[in-house]
Amino acid sequence: MSAPSTGGASRDGYGAALLNLADDPRVVVIEADLGKSTKSCLFRELYPERTISLGIAEQNMVLVAAGLASCGKVPFASTFAIFTERAFEQVRNGLARPGLVAHICGSHGGIHTGTDGSSAQSIEDLALYRTIPGMTVMHPSDDLSATKLTEQLLNHPNPSYTRTARNKTPRIYDEDTINSIQIGKGSVLKEGNDVAIIAIGVMVHKALEAAENLRSEGINATVVDMHTIKPLDTALLDQLANSVSGIVTVEDHSVIGGLGSAVSEYLSENNPTIIRKIGVEDRFGESGDSEELLSLVGLTVESIETAARAML
Amino acid sequence: MSAIDLIVGLYGTQLNVDSNNPDSSQRDRFIMSKGHASPAVYAILKEHDFLKQSDLDGFRSLGSVCQGHVDMKWTNGVDFSAGSLGMGLSFGIGTAFAAKMDGLDYQTWVMLGDGETQEGQIWEAFMAASYHNLDNLHVIIDRNRIQNDDFVNVQMEIGDVASKVEAFGWSVKEIDGHDMEAVVEALQWSMDTPGPSAVVAHTVKGKGVSFMEDNPSFHGKAPNDAELKMAMEELV
Repeated sequence: MSAPSTGGASRDGYGAALLNLADDPRVVVIEADLGKSTKSCLFRELYPERTISLGIAEQNMVLVAAGLASCGKVPFASTFAIFTERAFEQVRNGLARPGLVAHICGSHGGIHTGTDGSSAQSIEDLALYRTIPGMTVMHPSDDLSATKLTEQLLNHPNPSYTRTARNKTPRIYDEDTINSIQIGKGSVLKEGNDVAIIAIGVMVHKALEAAENLRSEGINATVVDMHTIKPLDTALLDQLANSVSGIVTVEDHSVIGGLGSAVSEYLSENNPTIIRKIGVEDRFGESGDSEELLSLVGLTVESIETAARAML
Repeated sequence: MSAIDLIVGLYGTQLNVDSNNPDSSQRDRFIMSKGHASPAVYAILKEHDFLKQSDLDGFRSLGSVCQGHVDMKWTNGVDFSAGSLGMGLSFGIGTAFAAKMDGLDYQTWVMLGDGETQEGQIWEAFMAASYHNLDNLHVIIDRNRIQNDDFVNVQMEIGDVASKVEAFGWSVKEIDGHDMEAVVEALQWSMDTPGPSAVVAHTVKGKGVSFMEDNPSFHGKAPNDAELKMAMEELV
């Protein structure tokens, strides 16, 4: 699958969604200095009266969002994924516990973030937020899906965390296929009866590429973009477990607690299936460009293919 | 008990709340950030008909609307879910901003503990509120000089907290938090003062009960039956 010239990183999709939501006066955007990076700056430019800049102070930001939510606002607060983690307890105790609905976006998620080095490469955010009762956790795979999923948060009944990526990856969806995407429903991108590859974020296009290569060997793979890891689409997991010989999960995130863990937790108890988790093994990243880093930690098309072959 | 005179003064003279319309978007907000002062809040909420005596009797027990720490999800008339110190002022910034965005004139009152100001988030919030000139935001600091383990000046002295808050761009007034006339006057001063304003109220923990006053061992511990009897004899 070749990269189309159009499209942007998923963080661009988030910024576009905020603009699309601006007609609703309840929407408020909150920033902790990094609006240019998370792309909430697009909203700030046009709607400064509904944008609150709070400086480099993430803990304060989360509780300001909670206070706004208690007054009927729909706050969208963003910073780097890694810095949302500094306010994890605020999200847990100040936002989710009282049942308030605000939406946190962590951009620059994963080792794919690149040259900034390991301090900026959150590889544990999805695991953390998944543990909070009632929290919706998402990681879109391209700009179009980031836009659509963020738009769907407008009347979403739960607080959410959405991880976006810094760098551009090939578009997964087009203007038509994007319309069927829905929070909580995995998107089946390709169907095959031998193995299933469930991927998330920047790894989805690599999963599709692996599936193409496997087909030439006579191996037919289903490929799923599991953009929502909580609530998890367990109906789809059951369907896959019943139709293929094994499942490969692929994520730019620690293998501890992320997509692979979520899939394993469900299937091991409900529909035991062979699962191979591809993700960042228990280690930190380092500086480098995205592709170099993904290769360094084994997040490659080849490793997906190898894991898929082993299922047969 | 260090906070009760402040709370009585606030509910009695400033706070616009109505138990018949507890969720009114125009109500004043009272954010008790030091959530362990829940008994004082539940007591005043009973006086204002948000709670019944039977609710208070269930304090800290399973299923009770009176949770160990004040919790907006459980209790009518409570605007914030506390229990983890350092978060209330930030929440108050959110409610104060919402008032401005919606053109409503309700006020947000936040009560902080003095030990609580050891939390860094409190200072993030002080800085943000003055930068954004939130004149509808009011803080009361209950300066009782005691925190969980010991006296504040033993654990980590916060020093001249009034000057520190002032340095963050707030107007500040210091009072004796048990002098009701001074309390009422200071709350009105806060209303009349432009920009965000804070009242540092010097108080005595366990006020009114001789053996509890200024005694750190009663910070998080309820009196036993004999102590309760003695305390009630002193108070009533």
